[in-house]
Amino acid sequence: MTGISRRHFTQGLGVVAGAGVLAGRGRAAFAQGRPKVVIIGGGAGGATAARYLAKDSEGAIDITLIEPTKTYYTCFFSNLYIGGFRSFESIGHSYATLASDYGVNVVHDWATGIDRDAKEVALASGGRVAYDRLVVAPGIDFDYDSVPGYSIEASGLMPHAWKAGTQTALLKSKIEAMREGGTYVMVAPPNPYRCPPGPYERVSMVAHHLKSTNPSAKIVILDPKEAFSKQALFMEGWEKHYPGMIEWLPKSIIGDIKNVDARAGTIETDFDTFKADVANVIPAQTAGTIARDAGLANDSGYCPIEPATLRSTMDAAIHVLGDSCIAGDMPKSGFSANSQAKAAAMAIRADLLDAKAFPPRFSNTCWSLISTDNGVKVGARYEAGEDKIAKTDGFISQTGEDAELRKATYEESLGWYAGITADMFG
Amino acid sequence: MRGSGGYAVVLAAAFFVLGTGDALASDPLLDQGRKIFRKCQSCHQVGVSAKHTVGPLLNDIYGRRAGTLEGYRYSRAMEAAGQDGLVWSEEALSAYLEDPKSAVHGTKMNFGGLRDPDDRRAVVAFLRQFSPGAANIPEAPPTAPLENADPEVPPHILALEGDPDYGEYLSSECVTCHQADGEDKGIPSITGWPGDRFVTVMHAYKTKSRDNPVMQSIAASLSDEEIAALAAYFSKAGQ
Repeated sequence: MTGISRRHFTQGLGVVAGAGVLAGRGRAAFAQGRPKVVIIGGGAGGATAARYLAKDSEGAIDITLIEPTKTYYTCFFSNLYIGGFRSFESIGHSYATLASDYGVNVVHDWATGIDRDAKEVALASGGRVAYDRLVVAPGIDFDYDSVPGYSIEASGLMPHAWKAGTQTALLKSKIEAMREGGTYVMVAPPNPYRCPPGPYERVSMVAHHLKSTNPSAKIVILDPKEAFSKQALFMEGWEKHYPGMIEWLPKSIIGDIKNVDARAGTIETDFDTFKADVANVIPAQTAGTIARDAGLANDSGYCPIEPATLRSTMDAAIHVLGDSCIAGDMPKSGFSANSQAKAAAMAIRADLLDAKAFPPRFSNTCWSLISTDNGVKVGARYEAGEDKIAKTDGFISQTGEDAELRKATYEESLGWYAGITADMFG
Repeated sequence: MRGSGGYAVVLAAAFFVLGTGDALASDPLLDQGRKIFRKCQSCHQVGVSAKHTVGPLLNDIYGRRAGTLEGYRYSRAMEAAGQDGLVWSEEALSAYLEDPKSAVHGTKMNFGGLRDPDDRRAVVAFLRQFSPGAANIPEAPPTAPLENADPEVPPHILALEGDPDYGEYLSSECVTCHQADGEDKGIPSITGWPGDRFVTVMHAYKTKSRDNPVMQSIAASLSDEEIAALAAYFSKAGQ
């Protein structure tokens, strides 16, 4: 989801969790007509769920997808736009095919609250939509307070660009306008967050752009972690392609971020105060606000689910997908959300239509681009365990791979992008 | 197989050249062609043990009328093109490879095309080595036959009857990357593959004789029955 402010609507709603609701599970009796599935959020989780529910139920389910944006910009590949490898338009997708070819009722509106007792979703425009099963796939929201001094307002000066769209375009324009020899400072997010290799791919793409346009510029990463995804691969690539340009400072060096001043462009840490010409602040993340307000999250800020079905452990009529759910060993990625959506769609059809349910199959691969034709990947397969979605095996690109393999890996990522966006949007 | 005798002669020459320690395949054009041919290899075989797979084998293609090899089921469009006089000359191959769907409207070859004329020149020169009967064989000696043989799959596995409905369910995992409509940019199309080819390739990943780790991981997670189900589904998909 791409919005900045989501209205806090649900005072008093959604606090009735537990036994009474769970007891109601099973083949539901429907007041009239086809069972209704409402989906909140049209990203990799929500759009895929809509398409698979529609495709496989062949009209037997009434599907409503609520998504505020008419053009959805994928977070995945938005770094490639920053690096100059993709146009902005090429990462934008419309919901027209889901509506016209799949019969999904696409509602461009904000879902502002979930009334779990009445089984209704409230919309910003004032309407309410009833559901028999609800899919909650709002992506992440930010814990702005995790970076002292940062706020929604500050994100206009120090973009996070961690939800794709205008924020991405804003960050790119700031990088392009940066003074010669200036410093780009990224405040990286703490775990868990959307797209684990993403911040480091972003730095690679910023470096790629600056290398040709502003070669004396510097990049500093202020990281609240001690290690990160694909670290050896990124470090090797940075040394090879952008020697001397990128400095990574982990928590053991910088301590805590004490304050950011968006107007002054400064970031104060226990170690030093950094002056940024462009600051990219990616705060800590939580499940989408609507999911938390509905009482679907636990103390972690994310939503616990049953591993095989993605059904909320708080409410048997609700499935939570993608970045908002606690998916065990699966990372928060578009690929993961797409994979989870298929499992959830199957479970919902089994539940509503007595359709056959097979054991779910979960997988993920994350490709990252380090430089032109230098792609790397990490991935794994998972299965639904008793308590969590558990990793069964995995793989990662190796340091020292030849240029041809890296090019093939990059080209593979282009194929994947075309594949997954067709799988989401039809 | 037409031309196999001629091919053996060339092969013998290749081994002779190898034996003398001459700089075999040092021609950059042929090296380039060999690299580009990898794009073709998911569907086409060429060389001493080449067979028809998804696409027809490409030995001895020079001078052959289009759509005429025995044992391969061409699209009606390709057969018609051959009947209309399309013969695989260097120019015809290049034009076809530039934009297959425009050159032979209705071809079932799901390949986006090679837009760069240098790439086409290279791959056409590379293929020419496997057409010993062609006039104007380039000066460079032929390279060793390509490693295109996947390990043999035991007959009882090839003979498994897959359940296409189960395959359709399993395919939802494939189509996150392999586009269902047969587009093949960056990731090969698997839509419309003959079943035995599909099974053979998946087993090659399972035994790690093919080396893409994503596919090794997925193949390892699939039983023989599940691979058969997927093969049954994908062989009919896209029709």
